[in-house]
Amino acid sequence: MYDFTYLKPSTLPEAVSLLSSDTEAKALAGGMTFIPVLKQRLARPTKLVDLAGLGLSGISVAGGKVRIAAMTTHMTVADSPDVQKAIPALAKLAGGIGDKEVRHRGTIGGSLANNDPSACYPSAVLALGATILTNKRIIAADDYFQGMFATALEPDELITAVEFPVPEKAAYMKFPNPASRYAIVGVFVAKFPTGARVAVTGAGQSGVFRHAAMEEALGKSFSPEAVGNVPTDAENLNSDIHASAEYRAHLIGVMARRAVAAAG
Amino acid sequence: MPQVTLTVNGKSETVDVEGRTLLVELLREKLGLTGTHVGCDTSQCGACVVHVNGMSVKSCTMLALQTEGAAVTTIEGLAKPDGTLHPMQEMFREHHALQCGFCTPGMVMSAVDLVQSHPEGLTEQQIRHGLEGNLCRCTGYHNIVKAIAAAWPLMHGKAMPEAAE
Ligand SMILES: Cc1cc2nc3c(=O)[nH]c(=O)nc-3n(C[C@H](O)[C@H](O)[C@H](O)COP(=O)(O)OP(=O)(O)OC[C@H]3O[C@@H](n4cnc5c(N)ncnc54)[C@H](O)[C@@H]3O)c2cc1C
Ligand code: FES
Ligand code: FES
Repeated sequence: MYDFTYLKPSTLPEAVSLLSSDTEAKALAGGMTFIPVLKQRLARPTKLVDLAGLGLSGISVAGGKVRIAAMTTHMTVADSPDVQKAIPALAKLAGGIGDKEVRHRGTIGGSLANNDPSACYPSAVLALGATILTNKRIIAADDYFQGMFATALEPDELITAVEFPVPEKAAYMKFPNPASRYAIVGVFVAKFPTGARVAVTGAGQSGVFRHAAMEEALGKSFSPEAVGNVPTDAENLNSDIHASAEYRAHLIGVMARRAVAAAG
Repeated sequence: MPQVTLTVNGKSETVDVEGRTLLVELLREKLGLTGTHVGCDTSQCGACVVHVNGMSVKSCTMLALQTEGAAVTTIEGLAKPDGTLHPMQEMFREHHALQCGFCTPGMVMSAVDLVQSHPEGLTEQQIRHGLEGNLCRCTGYHNIVKAIAAAWPLMHGKAMPEAAE
């Protein structure tokens, strides 16, 4: 690892000014992605700005929305009675990320800022039509994800919280990589009075995406049968040592069917 | 050079570190606590698991400076000062839950957190799920799972609740 200066500011404006005054300074949340990246010398920041002192942790439910602050760990979300009650699928998703040591440190803000194409949270954010709150603005899920590891965030923009609308029902099904638990394919389905939303992670060449044909089918009938036979074109899917594009296309149908069944 | 002050196994320590010093490096190289192992560079194996403020974490994926003011417990801090083993260590021995022993410090620290955080009891499936962050290339895991189930009543001072079986 290259050396850097470690800083732990105690206010959000201080953190933002540290990041905007030095383009080589980077934010640090749970470190579950960034520290491995640093260890492999894939990044060389001058400063690491630890967000742990900003008080950006906590969960609240009000007005049909679940608000999760950026530094809230996966374990806290998984164990939260409020999340379990309002959006059980979200608590379950968080409880299935990595392993318990990763869940003790990794945060929702870090996961969304990173936007790994195999990460779990992006599918929940996109399928639930959540909103990303930053120090500068409010970003709709549909505008936020911009390809593999790419988001709408500017370099000195920090996620402060995420707001999830409470659906009628929802579920997440993941076919995990057995070593890391990242999604080889993960499908999040959500039913709202206005229709259904389906987001697929782990499979797309440009990261998480909505599955329009499945959304249409579920809009007509929210049932496992309706969605299981909707085909997915393998053309824009990933092929790697874990699975071919064709296999991923097949898994999307299987995971979607199981997710709808689990949503009840 | 930056300094970090923390408590390790009940003892206060102030140590010179670099920004990039990992918690595991502080423990092994600065404090000589070599019970905590490093088995990978991808944050997946769990050989390095220690407790920070009572919670199991991978010490290879945390900066030493992130532990300012924290209480860290390593495998060396589990047994009583007179050498009496912690019930989890005792059950690992009794149930032959180790072979080469490389994964064992991390397994034990992870298992202690798992049992402590489940006062309602643990099913075999929950134990296996709870060990997802710890890889063992020797034992095949069965005896580790048995050891953890056997340590639960000793650590909670009562029988494992029926419902959890
Ligand atoms: C063994 C292992 C298994 C894993 N398995 C899974 C899995 O199954 N599913 C899954 O989804 N993930 C998985 N992960 C990733 C894990 O969820 C990480 O916690 C997450 O991707 C990053 O969150 P973090 O808080 O650790 O962020 P960090 O690693 O600290 O930061 C990641 C990036 O986000 C930036 N950042 C962090 N917080 C903010 C913020 N508030 N605003 C703006 N930028 C920010 C940082 O600058 C950095 O570039 C796994 C990780 C490991 C090590
Ligand atoms: S050394 Fe492998 S997870 Fe820390
Ligand atoms: S006992 Fe050898 S790796 Fe677990």
